[in-house]
Amino acid sequence: MEPTLSRLSENLNPKSPKPPATGWILPVVGLFALLSWDLFTRYGNIPAFIFPAPLQVIERFSRSLLDGSLLRHSAVTLLEVVMGLLVGTSLAVAMGYLIAKSRLFERILSPFLVASQAVPIVAIAPLLVIWFGPGIFSKVLICALIVFFPVLVNTVVGLRAVPRALNELMRSLRASCWQTLTLLEIPAALPVFLGGLRIGATLSVIGAVVGEFVGADRGLGFLINIGRGQFDTALVFVAVFTLVALALSLYGLVILLEQHLLAWQETHP
Amino acid sequence: MTAPLLTTRDLSVTFSDGNGGLHALGAVSFSVLPREFVCVLGPSGSGKSTLLRALAGLLRPSSGTLDFNGLDSPPRIGFVFQQATLMPWRSVLENILLPLELQNLNPAAAHAKAQEMAELVGLQGFENSLPRDLSGGMLQRVALARALIHDPDLLLLDEPFGSLDALTRERMWMELSRLWLARQTTVLMVTHSISEALFLADRVLVLSARPGKIKLDLPVDLPRPRDDDMRYTEPFGRLARQLKAAIE
Repeated sequence: MEPTLSRLSENLNPKSPKPPATGWILPVVGLFALLSWDLFTRYGNIPAFIFPAPLQVIERFSRSLLDGSLLRHSAVTLLEVVMGLLVGTSLAVAMGYLIAKSRLFERILSPFLVASQAVPIVAIAPLLVIWFGPGIFSKVLICALIVFFPVLVNTVVGLRAVPRALNELMRSLRASCWQTLTLLEIPAALPVFLGGLRIGATLSVIGAVVGEFVGADRGLGFLINIGRGQFDTALVFVAVFTLVALALSLYGLVILLEQHLLAWQETHP
Repeated sequence: MTAPLLTTRDLSVTFSDGNGGLHALGAVSFSVLPREFVCVLGPSGSGKSTLLRALAGLLRPSSGTLDFNGLDSPPRIGFVFQQATLMPWRSVLENILLPLELQNLNPAAAHAKAQEMAELVGLQGFENSLPRDLSGGMLQRVALARALIHDPDLLLLDEPFGSLDALTRERMWMELSRLWLARQTTVLMVTHSISEALFLADRVLVLSARPGKIKLDLPVDLPRPRDDDMRYTEPFGRLARQLKAAIE
């Protein structure tokens, strides 16, 4: 049975010849960038508080890693990012479902939602910190706000894209609302929704840093502020690289989730 | 004389499709006996699909009545659409057992029954394949198995083989007659092919163009099992000419 099946799928979806291996490109480009950076600082006569050399950044990285400060601040930012992502996504999914199901809700809510996107998050972050204090809660709120819109839009688009014929099928079989939701609407909307979650995950990191910039005593954004104040530019680099790593890991997690949940699709973007 | 399973009296459905077009089915009256195979034939725009959707409870009739005599609960419907309309994220077996899952049958029993159906429609070996790996004919077989698995009171087929190539289509006719005999289901099938109707049906209803009304109710007394050669016989030709005349 297996051989027949694989032969069948080959016949139906002819595979293009295997593309040449590209795994070597990333390390080579990275090495090249690192080398140019080193040469630039070494021969450009640039002071370390303006542009530290790679070795200085690595040294600062290991120092902050050893005294535990990097992990402590990263943990705070990660917590804010993940909590914000969860809160923002939950609200967006709930509201997205209502909007996709009811024209009335859409009429009432969409002007406010679109207008809210015109307000830059940087502009209202100070307000949120004033109202809710410099602790974690205000950051979670900022992350949730920034995550909300892309996830909402993708939830609505995903739910609206459920094929009409499948909806009719469920109705002809007298499926309940709950059955239609879990067996049809959620799986059908999942690809588009997860695309929104991918954007949301990286935006959430931005939200946390914006919040920490405005007022915080912990977190990687706070660490950047400290580094800047003390002319410890190497520390700023360390914090920025850590943020990039954080955002990339979250993005990668969503991609893994997609590959797991959307294995039925032919290609993953 | 057995009592009919389904009786419609002056059933009419009118609705706009949102683009200014009007779909209409005008006052049709007919009845379908249990285990009868009825084909509905008509030009496009005669409301054939509208009739099926009204019978499936997807559209509300504008006037007239629609009775499932002798059934005290709402009828169980099996519906096969023009396209297979499978869930692309479910395997063949999971697609077939959907109606049982909606009835909250226990998963083990549902799987066993779906396996049986898969074999009945000739899909053994493909139970765990995804729809994207199957050909058009196989997809419609899955849709047929899914429509039959919960022993529906009425099987509604909306030009189910219209998108298949001629050879596959004719093979599916044989399959469908065999399934119909094996499962003893009542079938109402919409088609625009005279050969298809004569090959499969006990009775053919011809609808006129908008608003659709029943123009001819023709019993098909060709002997069963029917095969390819039957198409070159004299009675087949006579019935075909009658249907052709009614459609035009």
